[in-house]
Amino acid sequence: MVDHDPYDIPLDKFDISQQALWAQDKKMEYFRRLRDEAPVHFCAESEFGPYWSLTRYADILEVDKNWKDFSSEPAITIVDPEEDFPLPMFIAMDPPKHDEQRKTVQGAVAPINLKTLENTIRQRTQNVLNDLPDGEDFDWVDRVSIELTTQMLATLFDFPFEDRRKLTRWSDVATGGPETGVVETDEQRQEELLECLEYFSRLWQERAEKDGSNDFISMLAQGEATKDMSPEEYLGNLILLIVGGNDTTRNSMTSGVIALNDNPGEYAKLRNNPTLIPNMVSEIIRWQTPLAHMRRIANRDYKLSGKTIKQGDKVIMWYLSGNRDERSIDRPDEFLIDRKQARQHLAFGFGPHRCMGNRLAELQLRILWEEIQKRFHFIEVRGAPELVPSNFVHGFVSLPVRLHPL
Amino acid sequence: MPTIIYIEHDGTEHQIEAEVGATLMQTALDNGVPGIDADCGGECSCATCHVMVKEDWTSTVGEPNDSEEEMLDLNPERLSNSRLSCQIAITEELDGLVVELPEFQF
Repeated sequence: MVDHDPYDIPLDKFDISQQALWAQDKKMEYFRRLRDEAPVHFCAESEFGPYWSLTRYADILEVDKNWKDFSSEPAITIVDPEEDFPLPMFIAMDPPKHDEQRKTVQGAVAPINLKTLENTIRQRTQNVLNDLPDGEDFDWVDRVSIELTTQMLATLFDFPFEDRRKLTRWSDVATGGPETGVVETDEQRQEELLECLEYFSRLWQERAEKDGSNDFISMLAQGEATKDMSPEEYLGNLILLIVGGNDTTRNSMTSGVIALNDNPGEYAKLRNNPTLIPNMVSEIIRWQTPLAHMRRIANRDYKLSGKTIKQGDKVIMWYLSGNRDERSIDRPDEFLIDRKQARQHLAFGFGPHRCMGNRLAELQLRILWEEIQKRFHFIEVRGAPELVPSNFVHGFVSLPVRLHPL
Repeated sequence: MPTIIYIEHDGTEHQIEAEVGATLMQTALDNGVPGIDADCGGECSCATCHVMVKEDWTSTVGEPNDSEEEMLDLNPERLSNSRLSCQIAITEELDGLVVELPEFQF
């Protein structure tokens, strides 16, 4: 499919989940045709079994908020869970259990707590930017995006700081597999995730008794709804929180640099008017949509835009496509840092599963760009980014850049 | 036209002549009242148009509906008089209504 013009392939042969489309960045034209001609599209055969694709903003919103008719269980990505290695996590549970577990940890990233985190985030951002090499090419993903998001996670978990890159590794392993090249075999993936569980179990033991801490581990270990969780459920929820804070903002941090290089007029607007940064942050998140999809299972037959989704069918909401839907977003294929209503995008999802860390993500990105603009006239992209070959994590492995200080 | 009073977290007051039938959320946006994000555009699915209804108005305005309650319930900063302003339609009865805005939206 990847070597063809999307308009030469019959719609019933469309399988937008194919990895090659994502690895080679060919998916957007396929999405455009689906939005125009088959917005509620059934793919009968794929590596992940049969599934429906929703590609328009309004259809995605309708399904996302309707948790009674569309279940998040047993998983929220197109890949079905491994039967011998289940990882229950609250994002893949329906209310009321979802709500009970989520509420246990939500407080750590509630806006009121972010106020106290802001200084720490700013200081770390300053340190990371001040340490970057001058006058030579380096990898923005490794030196800035991964470093900043991993430091943030280490703080939220109160995780041993010197071991923080383990969090990055576990995040990559959790969302990847042999097919994305992050591990050689499924067995290796399971082994590494069990190492993760072992490491975190030690931290759990230490913190179960210590009152008054508000890191994620203490909250889970002491919360009424979570303190008796099984090890699998503990690991599942840890992975949820690690991936949620890692694979997402990391890629928005990289995407902003690329988008501004591709749109020099927007870069000029930013230099002339740094007060646009909060609005630009929302536009970057829409533009990148770091998680390309979420999946649901229909709890009953459901009619949507003229098609009938059958009870039990797998439904993929392609946030990435909905965020480029001209029916809901004005000039969606343009990156506009002063876009009106920039906050109205699908990247955080809607309904009870809406991203728990959305305000933290925005805060991290806002501080990053405020500190960048105090130091650098131009972050120059020096080569093509390497893409993560995944239809779920929409992001970058590396991005060569060079700095041009003020 | 009913008058609605929005009070920002820092105490700044906005007296707005509201149109009957519009929502409390849209009225704030149309009149430049800051502090309401309304990310989902009025679909009761993001909880970023959170307001607190002044105590003597709560019975007139009424309780949150079911889907509103589900969204409000996830916000650790919700109070007993919290509502989502996209779920409140302006009526003549609400003339003089006072709502307070939270320091942060969810």
